[in-house]
Amino acid sequence: MLKVKLGGTLVNKAGGRTEFEVEGANIMQMLRNLGRTCPELEPMLQKGVSVAVDGQIYRDAMLQPLGPENEIILLPRMAGG
Amino acid sequence: MPLDANTPDLRTEFKSVGTRPNRPDGVDKVTGRARFGADFALPGQLTGLILRSPHAHAKIKSIDTSAAEALPGVKAVITYKDIPEQEGCDKDVLVNIMARGTALYDGHAVAAVAAVDASVARKALKLIKVDYKVLKHVTDVDEAMKPDAPVLHPGRFDPVDFSTLENAAHVSGKEERKTATPAHSNIAGRYVFGHGDPDKGFKQADVIVEHEFKTEATHQGYIEPHACTASVSSDGMAELWVCTQGPFMVRDVCASLLGMDVSRLRVTPSEIGGGFGGKTTVFIEPVALALSRKAGKPVKVVMSRSEVFRATGPTSSASMWVKIGAKKDGTFVAADAVLKYQGGAFPGSPVEMGAMCAFACYDLKNVRIVGYDVVTNRPKQAAYRAPGAPMSAFAVEGVIGEIADKLGMDAIDIRLKNAAKEGTVSSYGPTFGPVGLVETLEAAKAHKNYKVKLGKNQGRGVASGFWFNFAGNTCVSINLNVDGTLALALGTVDIGGSRASMCLMAAEELGISYEDVRAVIADTSSLGYNDISEGSRVTFSSGLATIKAVRDLKVRMCGRAAKIWGIPEDAVKWENGAAHPAGSNAGNFPPLSIKEIAAQASATGGPLAGHYEINAEGAGPSFATHVCDVEVDPDTGAMKVLRYLVVQDAGKAIHPSYVEGQFQGGAVQGIGWVLNEEYFYGKDGTLQNAGFLDYRVPVCSDVPMIDTVIVEVPNPGHPYGVRGVGETSIVPPLACVANAVSSAIGVRARTLPMSPPRVLAALEGVAASKA
Amino acid sequence: MSAVHVSTNINGDDVEFVCRPDESLLDVLRDRLGMTGSKEGCGTGDCGACSVELDGRLVCSCLVMGAEVGGHKIETIEGMAQGDKLHPLQQKFLEHAALQCGICTPGFLVAARNLLERNNDPTETEVRYWLAGNLCRCTGYDKIVRAVLDTAKDMRKSAAKSSAKKPAAKKKAAPKKTAKKGARHAA
Repeated sequence: MLKVKLGGTLVNKAGGRTEFEVEGANIMQMLRNLGRTCPELEPMLQKGVSVAVDGQIYRDAMLQPLGPENEIILLPRMAGG
Repeated sequence: MPLDANTPDLRTEFKSVGTRPNRPDGVDKVTGRARFGADFALPGQLTGLILRSPHAHAKIKSIDTSAAEALPGVKAVITYKDIPEQEGCDKDVLVNIMARGTALYDGHAVAAVAAVDASVARKALKLIKVDYKVLKHVTDVDEAMKPDAPVLHPGRFDPVDFSTLENAAHVSGKEERKTATPAHSNIAGRYVFGHGDPDKGFKQADVIVEHEFKTEATHQGYIEPHACTASVSSDGMAELWVCTQGPFMVRDVCASLLGMDVSRLRVTPSEIGGGFGGKTTVFIEPVALALSRKAGKPVKVVMSRSEVFRATGPTSSASMWVKIGAKKDGTFVAADAVLKYQGGAFPGSPVEMGAMCAFACYDLKNVRIVGYDVVTNRPKQAAYRAPGAPMSAFAVEGVIGEIADKLGMDAIDIRLKNAAKEGTVSSYGPTFGPVGLVETLEAAKAHKNYKVKLGKNQGRGVASGFWFNFAGNTCVSINLNVDGTLALALGTVDIGGSRASMCLMAAEELGISYEDVRAVIADTSSLGYNDISEGSRVTFSSGLATIKAVRDLKVRMCGRAAKIWGIPEDAVKWENGAAHPAGSNAGNFPPLSIKEIAAQASATGGPLAGHYEINAEGAGPSFATHVCDVEVDPDTGAMKVLRYLVVQDAGKAIHPSYVEGQFQGGAVQGIGWVLNEEYFYGKDGTLQNAGFLDYRVPVCSDVPMIDTVIVEVPNPGHPYGVRGVGETSIVPPLACVANAVSSAIGVRARTLPMSPPRVLAALEGVAASKA
Repeated sequence: MSAVHVSTNINGDDVEFVCRPDESLLDVLRDRLGMTGSKEGCGTGDCGACSVELDGRLVCSCLVMGAEVGGHKIETIEGMAQGDKLHPLQQKFLEHAALQCGICTPGFLVAARNLLERNNDPTETEVRYWLAGNLCRCTGYDKIVRAVLDTAKDMRKSAAKSSAKKPAAKKKAAPKKTAKKGARHAA
């Protein structure tokens, strides 16, 4: 089981819930299962999110392996200058 | 052999990296030979010009182009009808490049012409008749959030009932909203970050400081206006030469807007005359392509400076409230903020990133940040160097400066006491790995500038700053030439000397001379997709991909040497620019140099090349601490920056001169933001200062030498420890200068820019309160 | 609008061109003569990217009409290097990394050469005020000023070597920005 925390706007979309427990061996599976657990999040997940795994921010690496030991935080998608 | 892409072998000793050779594109740039966006020309090209709305907000009732079309020499006139909406395109970008029914800001494109020369094109623009119905407008972020504000996009954004939300008083300008909320609003998004319980935290505080702050919009101010030349042939094949930070982005977005297959559009980036985030989207490019498609001839479009100011993307203006509580010993116990950023006529202001960066420098147990993304009748904001971060840092670092004063603490000590370090749970969520904020603070404290004695009307300011740094999609190819030199093809546009850094890293990895590698920026048909040169990602990502591409090439070269020697491939190692037999074969054969391998390449299996494609991750964040001394003239309110110090963590400086250059350039852009620069709107909502005379960027005589210290706390995500450096340097200056002014004359600046009249008014306020 | 025929001299070469009366010298250089080394950053004389010398005086070529340069001498960035030998300022700009994007560089070089021809021993303040009509958004000016000061130092050294025969005249640069701007706009 993965522990996934939400950041930013995602919290509002999830009806105030900030933490979820979902299955998944990588980011793609985790996001898919999160969307099933909390359908209100689905539009945001489709739009794209960044995922911080142990402090490292991943924008697109869907196959990044995840385990129960990881700190996983969903963040809004970022753009830079 | 540590050639495996997954082995994090952090190199710590270098031969080429860390030296300061001349850049490979340097001679072209000092002789005028380098070709920038507007320097490109095609035979038979037409001149394209764009007609822009003179109103801040207006219904477009009709557009009559018949007289313009009839003018001799005019080859095409287009309106939004010539760019029909395609399924799946970004509607906001589509509407931004050409108004569809409503002009949303002063300068919004309404129509465009292509003619045989500029003179005819100018005449044609005057012949286009647009019938406008002027609507009420709003350009201020706080005004735009009021219930009675003119709504830009009726039906799009739901109203927000502030009375139920945290810190409602700071959202709606101190007045709780009691009236019925309107049907629609200009609030495009609301974002919350943080952890712990700030309300409880403040109860433990010995001192609490809270204030409201405002910053005006500023423009990136790149000296090269946007320019492109488009050529669409009758079979739908198209080419585009353009100054952009992201040629692949331009290709994909233009193809999507114009309904083209991506393969039909080839984009070649020119040299780029500055971007700072402002060239990370499209403005004129799809228009030039649409004009060329209609005219059947190449079309060149170059923006005037006035168009750049009115119609490209400045950054957001911001209205903010920040509250921080601290114990007597300086420990922060709680922090709270409301940030409101307007991002022009479309959603997407960088308020989320401003919110994430706001308190990122500090270890806080109780922190909350609420951000609002607001639309107004201004041009759609674009990224500007650490988008969103300088504004929130201005407010946060200003409050910290005041807390330090109240507690009688040194400005660096209070930051050291609360500084984020490895293991700190950041205010935006993730836990930090190895980061260098403490090191920058210590280096700033030890620097000679921090010990200079100050005179009358002089003051010193300190501020720290943070930026995430990006990585992303990156492709690199390296080809071994017949003589053993190398051709390195990069997909990230070189804005500030990155080709030199890539050549240094390739030379380091191969153990050869820097001069033996030549880097080019490839067009979009020559490499796989590369993300935009943005987010301080280039030296990290393209550097990583260059190192990995070279390692790929080394494996292949070692393979050739193995074949020549007749020994197994894994019995060959690469050292000092040559393949060496290793293990039990060590010493059995003389090494084969890169030149010898290159000479025999054809006879031993064909040309040799290495390549690497990745969606890179692992860019380490970069922290900075700035120290600035100013002198204020109490009679005029004018201010002089006496000394300025930038200390920043670069992870590893590949070419230290260009790292220093990023530090210095960012600092001076920040100084401009705090002292002079602002978008100034008239009552009618039109921009009043769309030129460099009235929008005053810092000139040479405004600033002193900018002292720099490069801190190197290696980023474990890069083989050489590189962190991006381009953006963090603009985060601290706003607060740094404001804190210095406060220490000089006792006036706390909470509205930017701190132009002389504002400083003078504040001084008079202080004098009056003392009287 | 009938075109005007103009005979002039650019970088030592006699040049003839035809232009419309509404074309600036910068338009002529870039669009008619293919000399794109001078850049247009603003078109209003505020950024200095189009700096050229007109009869030895530093001007913004966007503020000079093409039709009025007949009989005058124009020096542009293209004439700065002699063959394959860079001007000392060009060399120092490279060594000091005094450019990042490079769009303002030709204008800075032309302006800095004009300064050093008048004053081969400028103070930092004099350099800063002389170059105040040239905008650079990348460098924060630090390395540009260092490159100019370093070039001046080298030029004085080499002048001292040959000074036994002909001492170099030293003229003071106008220290005020207003004077400088005025000179540019006077063109």
